[in-house]
Amino acid sequence: MSVDADTVRRIGRLARIKIEENDVEKLQGELNVILGFVDQLSEVDVSGVEPMTSVAPMALRRREDQITDGGYPEKIVANAPLSEDDFFMVPKVVE
Amino acid sequence: MTTELTKLSLTDTVKGLKNKDFTSKEVTASYLYAIEKAQSLNAYVAVTADQALDMAEKSDERLAKGEGGALEGVPLGIKDLFCTKGVHSQAASHILDGFKPEYESTVTQNLWNDGAVMLGKLNMDEFAMGSSNETSYYGPVINPWRAEDGNKDLVPGGSSGGSASAVAGWLCAGATATDTGGSIRQPAAFTGTVGIKPTYGRCSRWGVVAFASSLDQAGPIARTVEDCAHLMTSMAGFDPKDSTSVDLAVPDFAAAVERGVKGLTIGVPKEYRVEGMPEEIEKLWHQGLEWLKAEGATIKDISLPHTKYALPAYYIVAPAEASSNLARYDGVKYGLRVPGKDITDMYEQTRAEGFGREVQRRVLIGTYALSAGYYDAYYLRAQKVRTLIKKDFEDVFNDGVDAILTPATPSAAFGVADKDMATDPIKMYLNDIFTVTVNMAGLPGIAVPAGKDGQGLPLGLQLIGKPFDEETLFAAGRVIEKAHGEDFTPKQWW
Repeated sequence: MSVDADTVRRIGRLARIKIEENDVEKLQGELNVILGFVDQLSEVDVSGVEPMTSVAPMALRRREDQITDGGYPEKIVANAPLSEDDFFMVPKVVE
Repeated sequence: MTTELTKLSLTDTVKGLKNKDFTSKEVTASYLYAIEKAQSLNAYVAVTADQALDMAEKSDERLAKGEGGALEGVPLGIKDLFCTKGVHSQAASHILDGFKPEYESTVTQNLWNDGAVMLGKLNMDEFAMGSSNETSYYGPVINPWRAEDGNKDLVPGGSSGGSASAVAGWLCAGATATDTGGSIRQPAAFTGTVGIKPTYGRCSRWGVVAFASSLDQAGPIARTVEDCAHLMTSMAGFDPKDSTSVDLAVPDFAAAVERGVKGLTIGVPKEYRVEGMPEEIEKLWHQGLEWLKAEGATIKDISLPHTKYALPAYYIVAPAEASSNLARYDGVKYGLRVPGKDITDMYEQTRAEGFGREVQRRVLIGTYALSAGYYDAYYLRAQKVRTLIKKDFEDVFNDGVDAILTPATPSAAFGVADKDMATDPIKMYLNDIFTVTVNMAGLPGIAVPAGKDGQGLPLGLQLIGKPFDEETLFAAGRVIEKAHGEDFTPKQWW
C-alpha cells in the first residue's frame, strides 16, 4: 500500500502536524519507502493467530478506584507555557 | 585536577569509596572536570554540577559513618528520557523546551535511594527515535572511538548515544539508558561498552518519557558486565505506579556474574546470518560460540522463522504507539507553544516546529496505521506477527535452549552524517535488525564487546535470554568478556 498527496495532507491534519505544501511530495516519498518496507508483513500467514495484547503472560493489575494523589494544581500548571489562576490557558475555542 | 579516578570501573569505584581510598566529592569532581574537557563529544545536554557535589557531600557523610547504599557516592549519567525533579528532562526534543518535572522517575529514584550521584542529563535521539543519535535537538553525539587510520567523527549509535559515549569516554561511572528496538544494545556495541535491556516489566516505566509503551524498557550501560549487574539490581523492582511492572523479587545480579556457562545450551539462530553481513562479524559470532563451548556450554543450531518480519512489524507497532503517546505534546501543558490563528492551528504549528523530522515521520506513519480502514491491515496484522515472533522464542526455550547468541549489530560504528543512511530511512532502521526481535518478544538481551573490526572499532555480541533470566545473560556475558583479551578503551583525542 502507498499514500497519495491528499492522504499525506489528511494524516498531517489527523496528527495535528502542519505540513507545508512544498513538503508534501518529499514526505509522501519518505512515508512510501517505509510503507513499502512493512508491506512484507502481508506474506505472513496470520490466520488463526491472536494479536498480542500483553508481552508478559500476566493479567493487567487492577486497583481500587480511589483518589490517592493530588491537591497541588500549582505543580500541575508549573510547566505550562501559559496559565492563570492554576488553569491552562488556550486560544478561544467557543464563539 | 586529574581524571585518574574516572578510569576506574563502577565496581572499583564502589570498593574505593567503601575503603575510603577516595571520597565521593573527589571522584565526582573528577568526572565534572572530565565532562568539561569533553564538550566535543556532546554527550551531556545538561550538567548538574552543584547538585552532584551536594549529593556527593551527603554520600561522604554516610560513607564516613560506615553507612550508605550499594551505589553510595557513585557518579552516574542519566538519559534525558528520565524525568528528574527540577532538572532538564526533554527527551532531547525542542517540543519539551524548558520542561522541569515536579517529580522523579522510579528508576532514578531507586538509584538515588542506593546513594548514587547525578552528574547530569545525557543526550539521545529525540524521543528515543533513532539509531545514530543524530535526531537530537541538541545535535549529534560523537563516539569516543575513531578508526585506527582516520580522524573522522563516528556516531555512538542510538538512541542511548549519550549514555554510551559518556560511559566509553569516562564521563560517568555508568549510565541509565532505555531500549525500545535496540537503543541500549546497539550503542553499547558501537562504543565497546556493556548494555542490557532487561525483561519487559523488570524496570518501572513510571516517569520515563513514553515512546512505544509495549516495547520500552530501561536498563544500564556500563564498562563491564559486573558494573551493569550492580546498576541493574538497583534500577529494577516492582512499582505499583506502572501497571506493567512485574511483582517479582529482584535477584542480586552481581552474584550471578561469575556463575559460568557450564551445562548451559546456547542456541544459534540461522536466520541471523543475513545477506551482506561483514565477514568479521560472522567470524566474531563463531568465536563467541567457541568461547562459550570452551567453558562447558553446548551449542545448538536453532531456527526462529519469523525473524525477518520483526523489523517491519516494529515499524508499525512502535510508530502507532508513539503517535498515541506523543499526542500529549500540544503546546498547552508543558514545553513549546507556537501561537496560531485558532487552537487547531496552534497545535499544528507547535507540533510542526517542536518535533524533528524523524519524529514527525513516525507520528504520521503511526497515525496512518491506526486510521479508519487501515487498522486491521497494519496494526492488527503487526500484532499477530508479534505473537508469532514470541512463539518462535518460546519454542526454542521449551526445547532446552538457555540463551541465544547473535551479533549485536550488522556493522561497526559508521560516520556522522552518513549519506547512505540520510537518504534511505530503511538503511538506518536496519541497524536494529538483530536487537528488535527481543523487544517484540519482551525478552532480556545483553550486548557485550567481543572484538574489533579491521579498523580497530569495537564489535559486540548479543545474548538473548528467557523472560526474567537476566542472570544467565550476565554469566554468559562475563565468559565472553573474560575470553576476548581486547582492550576496549578508546584512545583519548578529545
